[in-house]
Amino acid sequence: MKTMTKLWIGLGVLILLSPIGLLLPEHFKAGSAWGEWGASEMQELIGYIPKGLARVSSLWNAPMPDYAFKGWEGKSLPYLSFAYIVSAGLGIAIIVAVVFLLGKIFLNKKNRV
Amino acid sequence: MHIPDGYLGPLTCGFFYAVMLPIWTIASKIVQKALSVKQVPMLAIGAAFSFVIMMFNVPIPGGTTGHAVGGVIVAILLGPWAACIAITVALVIQALLFGDGGITAIGANCFNMAFVLPFAGYYIYKMISYNSAVSSKRIVIAAGIAGYLAINLAALFAGIEFGLQPLLHHTANGQTLYCPYGLNVAVSAMVGEHLLIFGWVEGIVTALVVKYLQKHESKLLGIKAEVKL
Repeated sequence: MKTMTKLWIGLGVLILLSPIGLLLPEHFKAGSAWGEWGASEMQELIGYIPKGLARVSSLWNAPMPDYAFKGWEGKSLPYLSFAYIVSAGLGIAIIVAVVFLLGKIFLNKKNRV
Repeated sequence: MHIPDGYLGPLTCGFFYAVMLPIWTIASKIVQKALSVKQVPMLAIGAAFSFVIMMFNVPIPGGTTGHAVGGVIVAILLGPWAACIAITVALVIQALLFGDGGITAIGANCFNMAFVLPFAGYYIYKMISYNSAVSSKRIVIAAGIAGYLAINLAALFAGIEFGLQPLLHHTANGQTLYCPYGLNVAVSAMVGEHLLIFGWVEGIVTALVVKYLQKHESKLLGIKAEVKL
């Protein structure tokens, strides 16, 4: 098999395995990453929500927050795992498209060696 | 290590965008000059690998989670400048599409994970593997150590960025405006957890990929596969 084919397959396997990254922290009751708490977690941690943080933290509304579909926050783990796989696949598809597009725009014939 | 919106004040956010701008410019110039069209798929795979490996959250039981960045292996294979571009693409998509890392913090997050990490990782790897054969055990060990140290260095920078906020921005009555934890807490938390757990994850991922490539695709590890300066 060609090297590149193998690497693409490897990526596909990682996409399918990605829910491990969701289920493992859940199983071991681990919380957010350090410094990545939401406003309510911040309230619990220090007793207030820093004003700047409150203002800026909702600046951007990501279309798939936390690698899930909007409104899926309370869904059960199988649903969230599915959303996680979709996110991994979609993210990779977009990233690959972006890199190929950048290559098309910035690399010219000179680079065809 | 994805600093969200609201944790860094405008000063820090602006500063790191300003620092990254010339780095991105130089990286694009170098990659534009040296990357062959044939290497574009490899760059895409590197960016995609970094993206997906960051989704594998590893828990500290009852505590926080963290993950590898996968950037050191990309730097070893493609060189640090190409890795900088690849990881930047991954981080921007994470921020825009998935809200992982803030929009205002893209400069800082890219500085830590797309600049400090691949460059530190690449040069540590080069130093330790110095002139060793592609088939040697030494390059696997070098890759592991490079992964471990580079992500810790990136975590140190993230800790400093977090920890400076209470000094830079606070109200008259002592409430912080952004990240509430000072240097002591932030640096020990960020570096501590990476020294203990997440550093090993980056180290092991980097070493395993090098070991696999050594066995099956050794030509990718040769200096010829890299994007030349």
